Amino acid sequence: MSQANAMPVKSSGLDGMLIGLICILGAFWSLIAAARGVDPQIVAHGWLMLIGFVVGLYLLVNAYTGHGRYEESGFYHDNVIKAGAIATIFWAVAGLVVGLFIALQLTWPGLFYFEQLGFLNFGRLRPLHTSAVVFAFGGNALIATSFYVVQRTCRARLAGGLWPWFVFWGYQFFIVIAATGYVMGVTQTLEYAEPEWYADIWLTIVWVAYLLVFLGTLWKRKEPHIYVANWFYLAFIVTIAVLHIVNNLAIPVDAFGSYSYSVFAGVQNALTQWWYGHNAVGFFLTAGFLGIMYYFVPKRVGRPVYSYRLSILHFWSLIFIYIWAGPHHLHYTALPEWAQTLGMTFSIMLWMPSWGGMINGVMTLSGAWDKLRTDPVVRMMVLALAFYGMSTFEGPLMSVRAVNALSHYTEWTVGHVHSGALGWVGMISFAAIYCMVPWLWKKKGMWSRSLIEWHFWLATFGIVFYVAALWPAGINQGMMWRAYNELGFLEYSFVEVVEAMHPYYIIRAIGGLLFLAGALVMAFNMYKTITGDVSETEDIVEPQPQAIPAE
Amino acid sequence: MSDTPQKQSFHQKFLETKSLLLTLGIIVTISIGGLVEIAPLFYLNSTIEEVEGVRPYSPLELMGRQIYIREGCVNCHSQMIRPLRDEVERYGHYSLAAESMYDRPFLWGSKRTGPDLARVGGRYSDEWHRDHLINPQSVVPESIMPPYAFLADAALDYSTVAAHLRVNQFLGVPYSDEAIENAATDLEAQVDEFSSGYDDLLARYPGAQIRNFDGNAAVITEMDALIAYLQVLGTMVDFSTYDPDAPENQR
Repeated sequence: MSQANAMPVKSSGLDGMLIGLICILGAFWSLIAAARGVDPQIVAHGWLMLIGFVVGLYLLVNAYTGHGRYEESGFYHDNVIKAGAIATIFWAVAGLVVGLFIALQLTWPGLFYFEQLGFLNFGRLRPLHTSAVVFAFGGNALIATSFYVVQRTCRARLAGGLWPWFVFWGYQFFIVIAATGYVMGVTQTLEYAEPEWYADIWLTIVWVAYLLVFLGTLWKRKEPHIYVANWFYLAFIVTIAVLHIVNNLAIPVDAFGSYSYSVFAGVQNALTQWWYGHNAVGFFLTAGFLGIMYYFVPKRVGRPVYSYRLSILHFWSLIFIYIWAGPHHLHYTALPEWAQTLGMTFSIMLWMPSWGGMINGVMTLSGAWDKLRTDPVVRMMVLALAFYGMSTFEGPLMSVRAVNALSHYTEWTVGHVHSGALGWVGMISFAAIYCMVPWLWKKKGMWSRSLIEWHFWLATFGIVFYVAALWPAGINQGMMWRAYNELGFLEYSFVEVVEAMHPYYIIRAIGGLLFLAGALVMAFNMYKTITGDVSETEDIVEPQPQAIPAE
Repeated sequence: MSDTPQKQSFHQKFLETKSLLLTLGIIVTISIGGLVEIAPLFYLNSTIEEVEGVRPYSPLELMGRQIYIREGCVNCHSQMIRPLRDEVERYGHYSLAAESMYDRPFLWGSKRTGPDLARVGGRYSDEWHRDHLINPQSVVPESIMPPYAFLADAALDYSTVAAHLRVNQFLGVPYSDEAIENAATDLEAQVDEFSSGYDDLLARYPGAQIRNFDGNAAVITEMDALIAYLQVLGTMVDFSTYDPDAPENQR
């Protein structure tokens, strides 16, 4: 047990052959789509995907002939994680830029809409924003950190030879197909499941590879037990696979066309979609990021996780209860009332297991509270947990039918989502990357601690502006819609309510700008850390041991 | 590993050591809720009310719906009126499940940056829609909606319309084989009051509105299709024969 074997892993060859086969089949389909696709969008996508698969084949050949650029002599497979960390920040900036742009469109439509550039209209860019932040930024953060955490907590190298690289590049490829599709108008319109059938098939392939790499690493582990962070990552990967496949079941109009029709219609489609949509929040944006929390918070503050029993309890109750909560997106709609009531009941029950994660995270700081003052990264983590706690209290509140009658369809929902997305998902991801970058690139710390401080405050003020604008905006909107005058008529026309939103939209855009500025500061800091000399820095990360011997 | 062996719980002994058991445990745990909530919707008869008048979309309306989907209208416009006093007064009768039973995907939406469109059909003239889509601020100065002028210039590509109907038929939407065969002619007939296909179109799609929607008879545009779709929204159900208190409509 004492010897940690150095492992210059050679790919078995089978991985390369299979990946090559996938690329060749993909290129073949793309070529036909490019040549005889039935609509202009699929033709454009055919060409794009053909280029992607050819580049994939080139990278594959290069992996074998390029003398180990894709292999590394270290115990852990870290290059793919480095790529993931960079991709995470790249997509964060991209997604936030689009978010700011569409926020400005709603604020000053005269300035930010262009009659001749219909593809820049809000309707096409909104899914670009949501997918870029949720799936591109969040997804890359999850894949990169999960690869990092699973290796360290299993003391095993990533399984699967070249497959982790396939997961990384395959996922970026999916993002590019989805994003270009939205701009061209290729969409299923199902929220957070907009990509069309061929992008969905591609993501399924990538996701199965991801699951197998993750499981394969667990199988190789030298630790007797599977660490709690990995339970959350595993639940996230498995459940997203189930949700993705079921919700995207559709029949394409043509094998080389971009249109498809969902196998579910109307009310069944609505519930399936919100079963998916709510659990994209539950398993992508919650369980996955709790996995990040369970590794990086204890590591950064140098304390063990507060309660092991609480982690078991809240893990199983969280994943059991979350899946029921979808119908609260459909209160007072044509969904049968029994389903709405069930969704509401479980949403309220969900409050407790959600807070189990927050308590476990915050209490891990016991004995290390001083770090809150000295370490901006720890402050980020605690802020993330605080927003997690707030959003998971607000969610059950909004799922109550009487509250939802007011909040549904309004800006309140948007404010709620962003307190979770910016506050929890954004901040915990940034914190994890601030930890991981010096570890991966073997630096003493980040290049500048004061820039981390700047990032913290810019982002915090950004979130405050954002939610402080949209919460009252939503309540105002809901109250105006239902306001009656003394004669018993509706007090406001719809467009008067639109007008009333204008000041809130301005404040929201300022919040978005601040949050984006913080992310840009981070990108700069990261660039300097990776390329520069960090022999002197105020940011100190505890060095991560490479392959600790067991005794 | 010199620690004295401790008594291990079931969780430590099995779930934390056997990754496949953990995976299986996760799958079972997450399956229960979905199965209990979603599966009954497919076999409970009470899920969808019994109403008269709801028909599959005509080929032109279906293509218009695809434009609506392509442009992401659902991001700002819901199509689901809730049974709340202000909504019913503002938008009309609350939406029934039956009204979207042929909608793949459903377009109920989740945000009202703009007003609900579930019953927008017949509320405004074609000219109003055309002006509004070309330049929303020309008819509603305070509007924050983007311009869709390009729809008026874009010829509608309906080369695959029969295939669109066929997929819907395969999925259970009651399109007849005849409807699929005549999809393209039906589409052309709907923008021309004087076409020879007028009666056949109306026989297949009762109540379909037949006229040139965009005021440009030279070419069938995406504007034609989108306005045809908007004008049919919420107009199909015959509410004079619908009894919300009937036992079969109690949900």
